[in-house]
Amino acid sequence: MTRLAPDAPARALGRSPHLVRRTLAAGETWVFAALVILMAVFTGLAPGKFLTLNDLSLNAQTTAPFLLMAVGETFVILTAGIDLSVGFVLVLSGVVAGEYYLSNGGANAGVGTIWVGAILGILSGAGFGALQGFAVAKLKIPPLIATLMGLGVAEGLSYLITGGSDLRTVPNTLVSSIGTGYFGGVQWVIIIAFLVTLLYGLILAFTRFGRYTYAIGSNPEAARRAGINVDWHLIKVYALSGLLSGVAGIVNLAYFGTTTISAHPLDNLVVITGVVIGGASLFGGRGSILGTFIGIFIPELLATGLNIVGVNQYWQDILTGLVLGAAVYLDQIRLRLRDRG
Amino acid sequence: MTEAPEPDKPAVPLLEARGLVKHYGSVLALDGASFSAYPGEVVALIGDNGAGKSTLVKTLSGVIRPDAGQILVGGNPVSFSSPLDARSYGIETVYQDLALAPDLDAAANLHLGREIYRWFRPLRVLNKTEMRRRAVAAFADLGIDLPDVTAPVATLSGGQRQSVAVARAVAYASKIIFMDEPTAALGVVQRERVLDNIRRVRDRGISVVLISHNMPEVLAVSDRVEVLRMGRRVARFTAADTTIEQLVGAMTGALTTEESA
Repeated sequence: MTRLAPDAPARALGRSPHLVRRTLAAGETWVFAALVILMAVFTGLAPGKFLTLNDLSLNAQTTAPFLLMAVGETFVILTAGIDLSVGFVLVLSGVVAGEYYLSNGGANAGVGTIWVGAILGILSGAGFGALQGFAVAKLKIPPLIATLMGLGVAEGLSYLITGGSDLRTVPNTLVSSIGTGYFGGVQWVIIIAFLVTLLYGLILAFTRFGRYTYAIGSNPEAARRAGINVDWHLIKVYALSGLLSGVAGIVNLAYFGTTTISAHPLDNLVVITGVVIGGASLFGGRGSILGTFIGIFIPELLATGLNIVGVNQYWQDILTGLVLGAAVYLDQIRLRLRDRG
Repeated sequence: MTEAPEPDKPAVPLLEARGLVKHYGSVLALDGASFSAYPGEVVALIGDNGAGKSTLVKTLSGVIRPDAGQILVGGNPVSFSSPLDARSYGIETVYQDLALAPDLDAAANLHLGREIYRWFRPLRVLNKTEMRRRAVAAFADLGIDLPDVTAPVATLSGGQRQSVAVARAVAYASKIIFMDEPTAALGVVQRERVLDNIRRVRDRGISVVLISHNMPEVLAVSDRVEVLRMGRRVARFTAADTTIEQLVGAMTGALTTEESA
């Protein structure tokens, strides 16, 4: 069927000789540099306070749910989409799991119940995401509107299910393990976030699922003509974002011991900012999990740093917003410089 | 340029359309259009705007289904319900917009939708090394000079992008490649490269159907020319003994050599 000779000359395996130039051209390098500079500046401004081990682990812990959501968001943004619903799906998943725990043993629920509740919560996140994907792919509702709609629905559902107030009956075992427990000296929250990030980073970089995600974001019509089932892939990508928001929801529930319904209205801002700072293009087709992994720490570090230096905390949301704008503007310039003809 | 027009042709057409009809609402895009491509030839399909060229090509490459008429591959009637169907018969298309993913590199574009995997197959782990190697071989095979198959296609020149699209079609086409206005967006030098590509493809035994507006180009590279007007085939020429005036005459209606559609 194919005429591509498998025994081609080995001379050029396509390895670029310009490793240094490539590293400099990679978005991740610059994001990492920005992160380092940010750390250096704050360390200089507040010697001995910023960047203590305590700070770092607290940063990692509070960032973990954002990182989980940002991994899913990266896939969505790579398809030239956007998922505004992440923080609200997080809450919904926590509520679904919490409601299950409430009616199955409450604070004294066993490990089996904890697993079932967690899986139910995560699956409801995935299902919710899949519905949004269906709205985007099949109903042709623009992602911005589809997930804005989803955001409203997820929040409404959370309040409906709980009757308007946070559920506070969370299994003790869940809180003491996933929530506040350590494994080999590292918080479970961090381990989970890191493993999920690693797994999806590998999937994005090395599998067909990742390749199709890039292709669809890059040129959906080309993907379609190449025989890729674009609609189905989009549904899977939005389902993945919902799934990871669900995982973040369980982690959040375990960490705070309550559903924190009203505490996540700006999660989407933080998550999207992190992904975009990490080099993902809102036009789709460009970005990586490594970039997101570095990028998601920047809003968080900025917040912690400003806090320590003593800047009014209201400035933090303002600055996060401005950083998002700057990152998108830089991406525009980069795109213009790259595209010839 | 020794090919003769159809009546003297001994061979069965590789691909043949008979009396294709296609309506778009009240518009009749194809009105009993016929077309044939023979093995190992470059045949140009020309016609004025709205003559039905695009519709005919889309029909023959499986993008749209005709309302009536027959498509035959090697003399056997077939029906295409998608571009994948056409591809399974060895028919590939180089679209005018090239249908490349600009953020992916040449090797990835070459294998888009036909990835090669390594390790445990259900995991669908891409074998990037093998895909790159085959891409390098495919470009070398066509004599295409592409310095880096790992550079995003967006960073390539227009001619290089065109080469990537052509190489992809050649890599999988076993019978026919449709090229829809392949030189329309290119400069003079790049245009020459594309024409070279077309000749190389033909020399490999694959027929090329060239859709073009550029008459000198058509005569320079084609073996035969088929002319469409108002959804019908109105003339067939052997390129070697045809003038631009004759082609234009056939396109505009001053000349009709085809007695029946």
